[in-house]
Amino acid sequence: MSALVQSPQAAPAPLTRAEDWRNGGFGLYIHWPFCASKCPYCDFNSHVSAEIETDAWRNAYISELRRVAALTPGRVLNSVFFGGGTPSLMDPELVAAILEEVRACWPQGNDIEITLEANPTSVEAGRFRGFRDAGVNRVSMGIQALNDSDLRALGRLHSVEEARHAFDIARNTFERISFDLIYARQDQTLAAWQAELREAISMAADHLSLYQLTIEQGTAFGDRYARGRLKGLPDDDRAADMYFATQELTDAAGLPGYETSNHAAPGEESRHNMIYWSYGDYAGIGPGAHGRLTLDGQRYGTEAIRAPAAWLNAVTEKDSGDVVKTTLSGEDQAWEYLMMGLRVTRGIDLTRFSTLSNHDLTPKINELTSYGLVEKQSGILRVTKAGQPVLNGILRELLP
Amino acid sequence: MIKLSNIRNFSIVAHIDHGKSTLADRLIQLTGTVAERDMQAQILDSMDIERERGITIKANSVRIEYPAKDGETYILNLIDTPGHVDFAYEVSRSMRAVEGSLLVVDATQGVEAQTLANVYYAIEADHEIVPVLNKIDLPASEPERICEQIEDVIGIDASEAVHISAKTGLGVPDVLEAIVTRLPAPTGDPDAPLKAMLVDSWYDSYLGVVVMVRIMDGTVRRGDRIKMMQTGATYGIDKLAVLKPQMTDIDVLGPGEIGVITASIKQVRDTRVGDTITTEKRGATVPLPGFKPAQPVVFCGLFPVDAAEFEDLRAAIDKLALNDASFSFEMETSAALGFGFRCGFLGLLHLEVIRDRLEREYDIDLITTAPSVIYHIHMRSGEMIELHNPADMPDLTYVDHLEEPRIKATILVPDEYLGDVLKLCQDRRGIQMDLTYAGARAMVVYDLPLNEVVFDFYDRLKSVTKGYASFDYQMMGYREDALVKMQVLVNEEPVDALSTMVHRDRAEARGRMMCEKLKELIPRHMFKIPIQAAIGGRVIARETLSAMRKDVTAKCYGGDMTRKKKLLEKQKKGKKKMRQFGKVEIPQSAFISALKMDD
Repeated sequence: MSALVQSPQAAPAPLTRAEDWRNGGFGLYIHWPFCASKCPYCDFNSHVSAEIETDAWRNAYISELRRVAALTPGRVLNSVFFGGGTPSLMDPELVAAILEEVRACWPQGNDIEITLEANPTSVEAGRFRGFRDAGVNRVSMGIQALNDSDLRALGRLHSVEEARHAFDIARNTFERISFDLIYARQDQTLAAWQAELREAISMAADHLSLYQLTIEQGTAFGDRYARGRLKGLPDDDRAADMYFATQELTDAAGLPGYETSNHAAPGEESRHNMIYWSYGDYAGIGPGAHGRLTLDGQRYGTEAIRAPAAWLNAVTEKDSGDVVKTTLSGEDQAWEYLMMGLRVTRGIDLTRFSTLSNHDLTPKINELTSYGLVEKQSGILRVTKAGQPVLNGILRELLP
Repeated sequence: MIKLSNIRNFSIVAHIDHGKSTLADRLIQLTGTVAERDMQAQILDSMDIERERGITIKANSVRIEYPAKDGETYILNLIDTPGHVDFAYEVSRSMRAVEGSLLVVDATQGVEAQTLANVYYAIEADHEIVPVLNKIDLPASEPERICEQIEDVIGIDASEAVHISAKTGLGVPDVLEAIVTRLPAPTGDPDAPLKAMLVDSWYDSYLGVVVMVRIMDGTVRRGDRIKMMQTGATYGIDKLAVLKPQMTDIDVLGPGEIGVITASIKQVRDTRVGDTITTEKRGATVPLPGFKPAQPVVFCGLFPVDAAEFEDLRAAIDKLALNDASFSFEMETSAALGFGFRCGFLGLLHLEVIRDRLEREYDIDLITTAPSVIYHIHMRSGEMIELHNPADMPDLTYVDHLEEPRIKATILVPDEYLGDVLKLCQDRRGIQMDLTYAGARAMVVYDLPLNEVVFDFYDRLKSVTKGYASFDYQMMGYREDALVKMQVLVNEEPVDALSTMVHRDRAEARGRMMCEKLKELIPRHMFKIPIQAAIGGRVIARETLSAMRKDVTAKCYGGDMTRKKKLLEKQKKGKKKMRQFGKVEIPQSAFISALKMDD
């Protein structure tokens, strides 16, 4: 874990005054760590396993839900998110059992959002109705590309046709649908991406996650890249052009970007993900899941054991899958809030930042404003359209 | 004392990777000089940098006892010599200390540039040369063709070349026999006053300064009082030894022998390579010919990346200087870089070696500024100032004229690359002095300004001739020329560490090249950055580094928060390793890379 020791300038102990989970809501993340196969670009905690003992896993999730619920009694739950791995490979009955337990554990908001990540293969499409009956009301589909050869290059198991078919089933099954595409792929031209994005927009989802391909260390792509074997990736200038083209097309289609890589029709933003970006509270359950929880006025970061078997064993034997629970100082929280909050177009509340941190951002804000990268208005700091594709540069400037 | 007729002194001349170290290892092993269990590869290259770069920086030697077929036991002294033009003087001294050379050529590769350069030193020292063809066991070896090549290119008889495989040991006994039968024994008068040539010296943390000597005339014993003829300093010998290759005490060294001396000498700088050592009483009156004092010709600033490490740098430089008399230093302050040292070196390799050692052995990150030569500035007042650092250039209104050091460069190059070499020399303001042919090789002599050579001439020469040229130079004195100080401005701020002296006619081209280079070397910032080259107040070249366009994490949800923050912090820390000039951060590597010319 990073330096979570109280830094000398950290605000004194009672941070409860205005800073608690009510600022961002309360969500629940459930991690299902298994995939049918590993994708070469993915650095998420995913594993391929031949045999999964559903009973043991069900019991473990339920035990974890109860443990966390006991720490957070009476919180109103705004969202549940099944991520992975490939949660669409879960038995719908397992999803149902988990959601039933969730309902028993916390009172729920009227408009609770329950999302499940799904791969668009026929196998999974066959389970959609079961997921809906279990309570899932939103799916996020990993379509990734609308081009068969690129899908193969990305290590995906579905074809475009299959994806479209699964998408149609999803549209008839769930209230809300989002799907993911990856762009700035090998040898992809700006024109090709524009055409593909137009096609994606025409599929009429209410939400799109459009990610630039990122080469992560420890992935198959990362290894290939390090050996100079991953050619044809766009340079920064071309990548920036693609980014701006993406903003233009989605704006025109009524799906404006509300976060770095996320686009939605107004009101259809992912409520669960907005909890992260608003730096609200969320419990993380399942192997490798992270959480941020305010307990008795103190904010904690939690992290579960990553390896599925070890996590399962820990939950069964020791009644907790968490391996780390760190106290977050005011400064820690301030920078996490800044880092997450500037991703969303609405920006961050500088008053909230200054209740957490004694650091004066003004000189850096002024400098970045002069470059046209950020703007400050009535206590809100926002990254401009020009600043969005260089957010990491902005954050490095702002960090102490 | 050993009979002269039973001594053979030799060096090994070879290109990198042609098997010099392996052959030396085999000779040492085969004669049982080092016990099998103490053997390690490249036993004579003691510095890590030597092993890594495959070069020899310090001379080293080993004494081998060899019972020959004629029934006599011979003492064979191998001196391992440095092999780079920066150390040309040291090489020439080492060569003078022995009578013969083994010329090792890879039978799959043939004669290469470094071989030529070093053979040249051996020929100059009147060596008997025994060609040795190595890697004869490899299917790709072509001994006949390589022998012809040796005869054509070098002009020595290769009909009796020894065929070996240093790796397998095949033929190595023949090498030992050839050393005894084909190389001449040394000469010298045991009764004459002592004349010992100082071949090299180094600092040993237990023994103090160790001096390697070749006895030319006379004898030396433990306890003798000796005198360095150049410095006049006298010492009592504490220890007399030969290297096997570990130090083995001996009572007396006579003519033709090679050994080491310790004599409570405090610093390596008290010993001069090439100096003549004699006895304090009844010593020789005339020293051995050929001594030259070490003269730094290249200067540059060394600054700690982290200003807090200045004291560590001082301590490290003090320590290194104990072991290297040819390197000079004084404190320097730069507006941009803070406190550091202005250091003088024998050449660029020497500079790189010292810098590497400071960074590695002492773990200090360094910024190296543009290498410079010493200019003579003649003031209107009649005064002459030596300029070691372009940043110190006085106001031009007080300057009458400038002089720069010139060298006489001798380049040996195969015909096919001659055109490229002439162009390179011409581009570097050279004046051709001579051009002759020897077989398929041309010998080109050029009068060149040292400042055009100092930086990357050797690298460029190697690259335009695919490594087939050899290069040597001598200082020729100073000459007036139209030199100006070129400044570099990054985001309108002058960066003093990038100031260079250039010829007026070259300034524009050089300025443009430097701006283009810096545009590549400086990472994009959040704003666009003008990069300019200027003479006085006049901008002669300009480039613009555009602002950063893309750097954002595509996926960032609840699980990634900690890792993402760590990554940003790490990047921020990486930025702190750069130097801040106004609002611009310049990576340390830029200070030296910006000056390399790809013409």
